[in-house]
Amino acid sequence: MTTPLHIGFIPLVDAAALIVAADKGFTAAEGLDVTLVREVSWSNVRDKLNIGLFDAAHLLAPVAIASSLGIGHVKVPIAAPFSLGINGNAITVSPTLHAAIMAELEGDRFDPMATALALARVVAARRKHGAEPLTFAMTFPFSTHNYQLRFWMAAGGVDPDEDVRLVVLPPPFMADSLANGQVDAFCVGAPWNSIAVDRGAGHILHFVSDILVHAAEKVLAVRQSWADRHPQVLNGLVRAVARAADFIAQPENRAEVAQLLAHPDRVGVDAEIVQRTLDGRLRISPDGTMRESSRYLLLGKKQATRPDPAQAAWLYAQMVRWRQTPYSAAALETATAVFRPDLYEAALGGGGGAAVEASGAVGAFAGPAFDPANIAGYLADFDIPRRV
Amino acid sequence: MTAEQSPKIVIVDESPIRAAILREGLEEAGYTGVVHLSEMQSLLARIYALDPDIILIDLENPSRDILEQMFQVSRAVRRPIAMFVDQSDAASIQASVDAGVSAYIVDGLKKERIKPILDLCVSRFNAFAKLQDELDRTKSALEERKVIDRAKGILMKVKGLTEEEAYVLMRSTAMREKKKIGEIAQSILTASELLK
Repeated sequence: MTTPLHIGFIPLVDAAALIVAADKGFTAAEGLDVTLVREVSWSNVRDKLNIGLFDAAHLLAPVAIASSLGIGHVKVPIAAPFSLGINGNAITVSPTLHAAIMAELEGDRFDPMATALALARVVAARRKHGAEPLTFAMTFPFSTHNYQLRFWMAAGGVDPDEDVRLVVLPPPFMADSLANGQVDAFCVGAPWNSIAVDRGAGHILHFVSDILVHAAEKVLAVRQSWADRHPQVLNGLVRAVARAADFIAQPENRAEVAQLLAHPDRVGVDAEIVQRTLDGRLRISPDGTMRESSRYLLLGKKQATRPDPAQAAWLYAQMVRWRQTPYSAAALETATAVFRPDLYEAALGGGGGAAVEASGAVGAFAGPAFDPANIAGYLADFDIPRRV
Repeated sequence: MTAEQSPKIVIVDESPIRAAILREGLEEAGYTGVVHLSEMQSLLARIYALDPDIILIDLENPSRDILEQMFQVSRAVRRPIAMFVDQSDAASIQASVDAGVSAYIVDGLKKERIKPILDLCVSRFNAFAKLQDELDRTKSALEERKVIDRAKGILMKVKGLTEEEAYVLMRSTAMREKKKIGEIAQSILTASELLK
């Protein structure tokens, strides 16, 4: 007997493990009849998962945490037994802003501290001339993109709530908005940065792996209550997705994966663009300049699939830092418990990927080392947001 | 509306027909001051300028994530806005998601005032979906009719059949192959295209 499952996803390259698991028959091999449902907004994915229209979802890691804490929305405890992707976002800026930052740059252009300081000088100069504040777009209030942009600019002395405008924009609108001047920069996942560069609308300034070496991005999310009721089904789903992740990690399979993702019902962009992001070899400028990084997007690669609770703690710390929620020890515990290495191991035994080098190794380019046991102390070391 | 003033309602929907159906329903029910936004550019700025009590948005709209930003504390927001979720009433959330609509409200607006508006939304959205469905079916029936006529013409010409004989041939082939007559007609068109 097969179990029908409805799984929601947003058309992004880091939904690859779910797409490959369903379209290569790995879920069917586990006795699961998976219907993947392509969605247009994270709000829809969250709500449909919450009310049970979806059994599982491709979800922004911070949304899983916000949902479990009931921040900004109904409280529905979520369990994340599998990490669908690490890193993969990039910051893209308009040609005008790129030129302005490069003119102010002192040091290496891939050094995020150098670019953040240059941005601070650009922002100060604009203020002096009475220009409108710069507008930065990201994908959702509870998103890695939001926190990564904030972390980067704040390190250079730019207060994201005071010195610039930070707005939410759906990824498919980003390249157009950059081209028509509605926004000056954005942080988004693959393939949207490449699409903006190909259109000549922007330059990729940073891979987020410049800012954080290891940042939890999307998770496989299920309702905690569903996980409790269907442990065997969940095990089967995790095994199927893990098998897909292994498949994706093999370089010889990338062309096939890119083809699967390119299908109009899936990510729906050219296979060649998908392949670039899988290869971590991106065109970063309309003039054709390429940049390669083995850390750009980690899908299924070593240490990328096992959820690390310290990553959840770091994301919770960002929610506190940017005043989305007040700190509490109980909330930290709830947030941390959303990431479930125990469920990962229950499904995969010793066969899954190894734990991260050192727990809590987000590897940020600035600020003190992250200590999940002392979030208040960690946050006290940042100057922004400025305390009033 | 009686004692209390009618709440200001903004409909965010790229479908002008559905928005019109919804607006009409709301106005019939006595809600005045309903504004429809169909243009997604600078959506938040326009919503802030209108300063509504209730915002209704269709779930096919990617701009829904933009509205989620209104929950965040920001100087731009004059009044805090929340998504309409009634934890005690899961059925009404389910009904609205099924119908494809979502409501955002100014925090503090009484539940009794929102519930009838949301119910009306759900029924109008469902009515629209039914209409759309009927329209799609009529359209595809018309399309099929055209394809069958063209296939009939090809058979008549190539095999020297009368119109009736051509139709009977397609129908019996469809029955034998357990296919729809439209599919048989389509394959005749495809084949004749290939053999040109």
